[in-house]
Amino acid sequence: MEWAGYAYLVAAVCFILALRGLSHPETARNGNRFGIVGMAIAILTTLAMPNVLSYEWIILGIVVGGAIGTFIARKIEMTALPQLVAAFHSLVGLAAVFVAAAAFYAPEEYNIGTAGQIAIGSLIEMGLGTAIGAVTFTGSLVAFGKLQGIVGSKPLSFVGQHPLNAGLGILLVALIIALCVTQAPWIFWAIVLVAFALGFLLILPIGGADMPVVVSMLNSYSGWAAAGIGFTLANTALIVTGALVGASGAILSYIMCKGMNRSIFNVILGGFGGEVAGASGDGGDDDRPVKSGGPEDAAYMMKNSDSVIIVPGYGMAVAQAQHTLREMADLLKAEGVTVRYAIHPVAGRMPGHMNVLLAEADVPYDEVMELEEINGDFSSTDVAFVIGANDVTNPAAKTDKASPIYGMPILDVENAGQVLFLKRSMASGYAGVQNELFFRDNTTMLFGDAKQMVEKIVKSLKG
Amino acid sequence: MDKQDLINAAQSLQEQAQALAAKAELLSANLTAMDPTGLASAAEAATQTPFLHLFTAFVLACVVGYYVVWSVTPALHSPLMGVTNAISSVIIVGALIAAGPTDASLSKIFGFIAVVLASVNIFGGFVVTNRMLSMFKKKQR
Repeated sequence: MEWAGYAYLVAAVCFILALRGLSHPETARNGNRFGIVGMAIAILTTLAMPNVLSYEWIILGIVVGGAIGTFIARKIEMTALPQLVAAFHSLVGLAAVFVAAAAFYAPEEYNIGTAGQIAIGSLIEMGLGTAIGAVTFTGSLVAFGKLQGIVGSKPLSFVGQHPLNAGLGILLVALIIALCVTQAPWIFWAIVLVAFALGFLLILPIGGADMPVVVSMLNSYSGWAAAGIGFTLANTALIVTGALVGASGAILSYIMCKGMNRSIFNVILGGFGGEVAGASGDGGDDDRPVKSGGPEDAAYMMKNSDSVIIVPGYGMAVAQAQHTLREMADLLKAEGVTVRYAIHPVAGRMPGHMNVLLAEADVPYDEVMELEEINGDFSSTDVAFVIGANDVTNPAAKTDKASPIYGMPILDVENAGQVLFLKRSMASGYAGVQNELFFRDNTTMLFGDAKQMVEKIVKSLKG
Repeated sequence: MDKQDLINAAQSLQEQAQALAAKAELLSANLTAMDPTGLASAAEAATQTPFLHLFTAFVLACVVGYYVVWSVTPALHSPLMGVTNAISSVIIVGALIAAGPTDASLSKIFGFIAVVLASVNIFGGFVVTNRMLSMFKKKQR
């Protein structure tokens, strides 16, 4: 079966090229094609193996699964992308568990010994792959529930949470060792159950705005689970792909953590929003006067400026305001105003979420800037239009050492000539801290639903 | 390091990884060939030298992944998740082997379930990534 090894290698290279393509929007679609080709090679190679003989069930499985996947992927709203990705991660995790179970019950098929006489190395790999896969499964389900709003997105913490998780982790290690020694089926299933519980308990306490980190982290886990199973199967395509995905998720988690100035441990150990929930009370009660305006004021202000930077946040996604926002930008551009968009690394509920939503609304990608690219330009900008974002513009992150968001990189909207904040109310953001910017002279608050307000601004710009 | 350096480094690493993986493949093939009786237990074959080769491929792939992913533009981080999600379903190869035998068994049922799950992901992942990528357009001037 030497040729199969080469074919898997080609598949692995295709996957590397698929990721490589994403370095630029122009080459990205070609990259995706490489990914599809790689997957086709890997599947066809396996089907041609001498011990794969019955095709009926396999074809049925691929047709059924493929139809479901295609249907969901075509129908899904782009705002619901994060929960879709979380749901997909859970499937990879569960698939890893089932593959490990199959290998455990029929080791001959995989050349790793016979039932009850499986090679120790394979058992360790299998145990790790199963445990990570199972954690990914339940963890992703909880993340899905939180993103979809089935489970409350507030961070939940309970007494003894950390010792409990640590205990479950130690128990998992002990069970894997026991599996190597006894090879008893019940231990295999105990590993699955304990890991299910651990995945559930790990993600449950984490709050909604930390989801970019969680989704990236689970992405990484699904990769490591695949790599673990790859070792059991001695399959290079699986190992290389698992490593790529694992590395990718880990890097994304790192970028997201940096975007919030928090360590990964801090996010996982959780309770961010919970600890400061008390502080948000005094933020909301703040009775200092703010200047609030209507859509006409906003339209007038922006129409008569030279340049506008739009800062979208999760609030824009929730209100589905991206299409109306683009219409507003088009009208402003027709008036000769330069319009650009500034994206904070953790805006939205998954990495790059805002970019996709803006792209969906036909905003050209070269008008959409990352934080480092555009931050210096706020001082030469007439109007900053903040829609559905708050914490990522809060100057307290730079000045107030006591603030929970201290040290987080922010978009310097305070340097713009005028700042427009489109918010539903004065409520503080996720971090529960008051934003000083609201009370400044050059700030105008626009209270209302993001989409309706932008629609009114559009009407005013037209009229 | 500028972008081009990173890209070059990633490419040369990628080539090295390919070469090494090919070597690993050849070596493991030789190992089986050198065993004329075919009696060396499968257990030994799975735990001895091949592990090092597989591990080599794994570590090199981590390094390649590191460089390739850092070169992904932040604007495309969502499609990156979509595509990594799709390709991690290459775990289907393990499911196919389990679902392959003609006689019914517990392992065949597990294999079938895993084939369905992975297929949802493969098709769903690639389709949704493609949908996202087709939205990214340049300014028309």
